Amino acid sequence: MLDVVLPARQRRLGAGAQVWIPSVLVAAAMLLPIAYLIVRAAGAGDEGWSLLLSPRTGRILFNTLLLAAAVTATTIALALPLAWLTVRTDLPASRLWSVLTALPLVVPSYVGGFVVVTAFGPTGMLQQALEPLVGITRLPAVYGFPGSWLTLSLFTYPYVLLSIRAGLRGIDPALEEASRSLGHGTAETIRRISMPMLRPWIGAGALLVALYVLSDFGAVSMMQFESFTTAIYTQYQASFNRSYAAVLSLVLVALTVIVLSVEGRSQRARYYRIGAAAARRPRLVRLGRWRWPALLFCGTVVALGVLLPAGVVLYWLVVGLRHGQPLILTLRPALNSVYASALSAGAAVLAGMPIAMLAIRHRGTLATLITRLAYAGYALPGIVVALSLVFFAARTVPWLYQTMPVLVFAYLVLFLPQAVGTLRSALQQISPSQEESARVLGRTSRQALLTVTVPLVRPGAVAAAALVFLTTMKELPATLLLSPTGFETLATRIWSAATEGFFTRAAPPALLLLLISSLSMALLLSQERRGFDV
Amino acid sequence: MKRSVTLASILIAVLVAGILAPASAQGVSLTVYSGRTRELVAPILEQFTKATGIAVRARYGETAELAATIMEEGANSPADVYVAQDAGALGALAFGGHLRRLPDAILQRVEPRFRSGDGLWVGISGRARVVVYNTRNLTTRDLPASIADFTTPRWRGRIGWAPTNGSFQAQVTAMRLLWGNERTRRWLLGIKANAPRVYRNNTAIVAAVGAGEIDVGFVNHYYLFQFLRERGTSFPARNYFFPGPDVGNLINVAGAGVVTTSRNIAAATRLVEFLLSADAQRYFANETFEYPLVVGVAAHPLLPPLGQIRTPAVDLNHLQALEETLRVLREAGIL
Repeated sequence: MLDVVLPARQRRLGAGAQVWIPSVLVAAAMLLPIAYLIVRAAGAGDEGWSLLLSPRTGRILFNTLLLAAAVTATTIALALPLAWLTVRTDLPASRLWSVLTALPLVVPSYVGGFVVVTAFGPTGMLQQALEPLVGITRLPAVYGFPGSWLTLSLFTYPYVLLSIRAGLRGIDPALEEASRSLGHGTAETIRRISMPMLRPWIGAGALLVALYVLSDFGAVSMMQFESFTTAIYTQYQASFNRSYAAVLSLVLVALTVIVLSVEGRSQRARYYRIGAAAARRPRLVRLGRWRWPALLFCGTVVALGVLLPAGVVLYWLVVGLRHGQPLILTLRPALNSVYASALSAGAAVLAGMPIAMLAIRHRGTLATLITRLAYAGYALPGIVVALSLVFFAARTVPWLYQTMPVLVFAYLVLFLPQAVGTLRSALQQISPSQEESARVLGRTSRQALLTVTVPLVRPGAVAAAALVFLTTMKELPATLLLSPTGFETLATRIWSAATEGFFTRAAPPALLLLLISSLSMALLLSQERRGFDV
Repeated sequence: MKRSVTLASILIAVLVAGILAPASAQGVSLTVYSGRTRELVAPILEQFTKATGIAVRARYGETAELAATIMEEGANSPADVYVAQDAGALGALAFGGHLRRLPDAILQRVEPRFRSGDGLWVGISGRARVVVYNTRNLTTRDLPASIADFTTPRWRGRIGWAPTNGSFQAQVTAMRLLWGNERTRRWLLGIKANAPRVYRNNTAIVAAVGAGEIDVGFVNHYYLFQFLRERGTSFPARNYFFPGPDVGNLINVAGAGVVTTSRNIAAATRLVEFLLSADAQRYFANETFEYPLVVGVAAHPLLPPLGQIRTPAVDLNHLQALEETLRVLREAGIL
């Protein structure tokens, strides 16, 4: 039972006021950081704009684009085989590998960068392990591009992995089987059927990675790699110059627009889906002897992305305890982290739903603009978004400033794309025929949407919420500036201890952060099973 | 459908509770923006509350980011007191008119060289710039008499620095004041020619010196002691002070000021005064290994006494001339 749905059919359902009004409101909120940047850049004067045209700007532009391209390509190269192995083959213990290979996402990049330096630095753990064996006293420097590339690839590939997994589970194997029965070989089937169908999912994950790389500060600053983000931070930290920082940030906004239009092409590919009730599990590919290299590959990625960070953090804990540092474990920051992240996740799903619907059901200029605006805050460094909201909130709603609603609003501006991306993928897998049937049976468009489509998208919504939850757990700059005064989270505890060199005090909150995030990752994957397997 | 309505209402209810909760807990309380971390400042603030009954709520962040926050908040800033890591950020806020003059009685507890000339901020603790060196590869006899000498080729590939770090930039500002822009530029280019490793902060430099990644690093004196405390005295790094009144021995301050828009000026002033009390100063001396600035309070026994360090003749009030320093750093291709 094959049901090929062209976008036109989705669009015919249309988007009513219940989708348009919230979408416009959310998009307006997303405009705030850009409005702030324009206000500040206007005060930059000639010197600020000449800074933009200096050779240095060209260099950091090149660095930033190179890093984004390299990390995105690497994450796809890692995620495709991992997704295929865990979803489509008889890999031993594939459930366990599904969870483990997604876990690197819970490691914050500032912890990840530190871990990579500790392990692969010139005199790090790897060198110390190699010295007695082969007498290497110094490894080539991991700093700069190699370290940034390694760290960001290692801890962001799960964005692509999760997206491709969702895609693989949603594709009806009948298409691939038909291709084979028509005499096409495996390679031909992958090229002509599997890859084109997976393209929107690869694109959605890769977009999150590419834009994340533009905004990341934790990894690049640890690796001393000169990118746009480090240049922007330098303006704030060294010269208190908000205008120059704004000028540089506007360049990042322009880069975001370019990345979005590239990705927009992958989404224009036709997407196919299957009648939800008729789909069945594809037959698993038997790996045979190939399961050993497959296990080695999964094992290596998990060792680097999960065991290494956990190991390094535990190492710091043990070293500190041995030297008589007290083990300080307080529950309050953990509760605060969970509380703020849960609110952020709920808000992102509520705000993301209308945007995701608009994205797949409407193709006008305004709809495209609104969908793209959702990504405005995601590629900007956290400090820029945070200061823009400081500016607007303190001046217009001082009674709300530094309260939970403004903090949650900041998280929304920062992380909405993660929810929109996941929800959009989920909505694409729901047959419009079900909503159409409800309409034929006399429901209004609003009733049909709320009673048919919204419940069907629930597993996707939970997955989106879990993704935003995970990311909010790690968030630092907006939490520091916009949280209620005295509100501490695990991330602020880690930052606070680590910046002053109290690594052993940073270890317990870091472990707790990894633990809580892992649990929410398990929730995300259990929803994946319930949802896309139906 | 019902469920999503329920979820939405729960979300809204929790948010509303979030707005009301801190408001109802508010009494007469001070809000402190601290560019120094919680680990260092929180115990002092607790002592203040115990001693005066004034509740203090603190927001911790990076010194510069909190300064930017106070500037963006404008007239509605909730901050009463601003505590900074270095004199430069205090200077930037003072220059923008965000700090108000402190009473003379407070200012006079500290030597003039450790406070703002206009009385807009006061130094709380002293942080000496030092050279941290790897004790396996070097002894003090291998180290030069002045920071100027690190431009010689024998230091090629052995130096670590943090050009984006505020304390380092303050030191470069001091160099400009003492040597002039041209000599400072030559020094920077000389160090750059020695292929120094760039680090993001002092902690990273001390860790790298301990790991033998580099042999020397330009840092503040007290970071080393955290490593000694956590890793034991076998940690192979120590601080080096130059013998003469060298700019390499600059003593910068962490300080505090009262924010112009504060509605609790009396209480805010009391907090600044408390930070200069003998108790608080002893705390900094014993816990953080920083130098107490109030006369009569002794430094930690592991440190050379403040009087023994021959500091350069630099007026800290001028360390706020950071814009010019950044220009020099940029022109030298370092930032």
